[in-house]
Amino acid sequence: MSLPKSFLGYRRENGRVGIRNYVVILPLDDLSNAAAEKVAANTAGCIALPHHYGRLQFGADLDLHFRTLIGTGCNPNVAAVIVIGIEAGWTGKVVEGIRATGKPVEGFGISGNGEIQVVADASRRAKEMVHWASELQREPCDVSELWISVKCGESDTTSGLASNPTVGNLIDKLDPLGVTTCFGETSELTGAEHECAKRGVTPEIGEKFMKTWQSYMDEVIEPHKTSDLSDSQPTKGNIAGGLTTIEEKAFGNLQKIGKKTQFIDVLEPAEMPSAGKGLYFMDTSSAAAECVTLQAAAGFVVHLFPTGQGNIIGNPIEPVIKLTANPKTVRTMGEHVDVDVSGILSGELNLDQAGDALIDMTIRTCNGRMTAAEVLKHREFVMTKLYRSA
Amino acid sequence: MSQPDFLVHDKADNVGVIVVETVEAGKTLRGLVMETGENVEVQALDAIPLGHKIALIDMNEDDTVLKYSSDIGRMIAGAKIGNHVHVHNCKTKRW
Repeated sequence: MSLPKSFLGYRRENGRVGIRNYVVILPLDDLSNAAAEKVAANTAGCIALPHHYGRLQFGADLDLHFRTLIGTGCNPNVAAVIVIGIEAGWTGKVVEGIRATGKPVEGFGISGNGEIQVVADASRRAKEMVHWASELQREPCDVSELWISVKCGESDTTSGLASNPTVGNLIDKLDPLGVTTCFGETSELTGAEHECAKRGVTPEIGEKFMKTWQSYMDEVIEPHKTSDLSDSQPTKGNIAGGLTTIEEKAFGNLQKIGKKTQFIDVLEPAEMPSAGKGLYFMDTSSAAAECVTLQAAAGFVVHLFPTGQGNIIGNPIEPVIKLTANPKTVRTMGEHVDVDVSGILSGELNLDQAGDALIDMTIRTCNGRMTAAEVLKHREFVMTKLYRSA
Repeated sequence: MSQPDFLVHDKADNVGVIVVETVEAGKTLRGLVMETGENVEVQALDAIPLGHKIALIDMNEDDTVLKYSSDIGRMIAGAKIGNHVHVHNCKTKRW
């Protein structure tokens, strides 16, 4: 198969290219979820992103909260944004962060106005945004303008044998074309961390990865673990699927970055890449919704999600393409699967063909095909919280 | 070769992965080593579900389990060639 040269995307004011065209109603905090959901209910073409946090956070945890919300609004799959918060100060901070992209954005504070007034005002503004966004047209964009994130979930041994290597095959083929890609899952590389570090483009980048991995171990795992992480890493689902240890899971996980592509930088959670086109590692939890939410906030527009036992996650703004090599999952959970690569296990499909099939589905998705998770309305938006609020 | 019953990532590995839905004890299984394309045959000593591992050599307690040519944990009980290898006889070295 010849590799694709272009796809049909929405070019945004800052030059980035999106593959969806949402008007997002973004609550700053838990208190503002109700207003955001009411505005989205009033106004076709809008999507509300309710979440649990935004009050009394401080330090690095507050920085991550703002980075995630601002990054979500800045994502090129988003045409315009309404931000609603309990008060005007932090609401304005998110609005200004998103405004830097040049896209339409407006903030509404509930204090002193009441929710009913804010819902009315924000609904009127959202309606104007939808009229405007609905006339934006897709245009041909070079494939090098595509940003793709990857993360696997509810993995089993078929993930390491076939579906993760299929994603790796895609990355090895698209990296030379200048596509920007991202993998994460810090804890789930445990056991294969030294192999992962070797894939850094320089020894310094490999060392940067090791420092990130080690601090996750020292600051998250060690202080909080009880006896061991049995039943969490690997999960009950992983174990049912035949994965026995974290090391086995990690080597399977690492198949997603292919055989030769090197990562060019290590990102903080939700940090936007700034070292040019190429593969990035992001420090993330290995929980699916947390990881994909962070990757979407960093600006990635389409996600590849290999699964073994059948994780059904989606994301509200970044389409999630699901692939599996487990024939039982295909048979019992087929409605969640966009690409079936079980033929690799039966010898009917080779890795090169599977990689091509995934590239084809990725481009079709970018051009507008809705994924299984989109059609089934999976919109898991989960903020990562670093520690308890003040 | 028709559809393999199990796959082995690398020639150095001492476990393979069952890729068919039904393996009964006593069945002779055909395996494929993905690294080399070579075929191997093992008789199953247990019923082993899809995706679960089968021992390709006899292993003792504390032996290292190799998959992807890499250390994926240690045996906490012995296994004979053809036995099911999983959480009942294998454990992480990490946590």
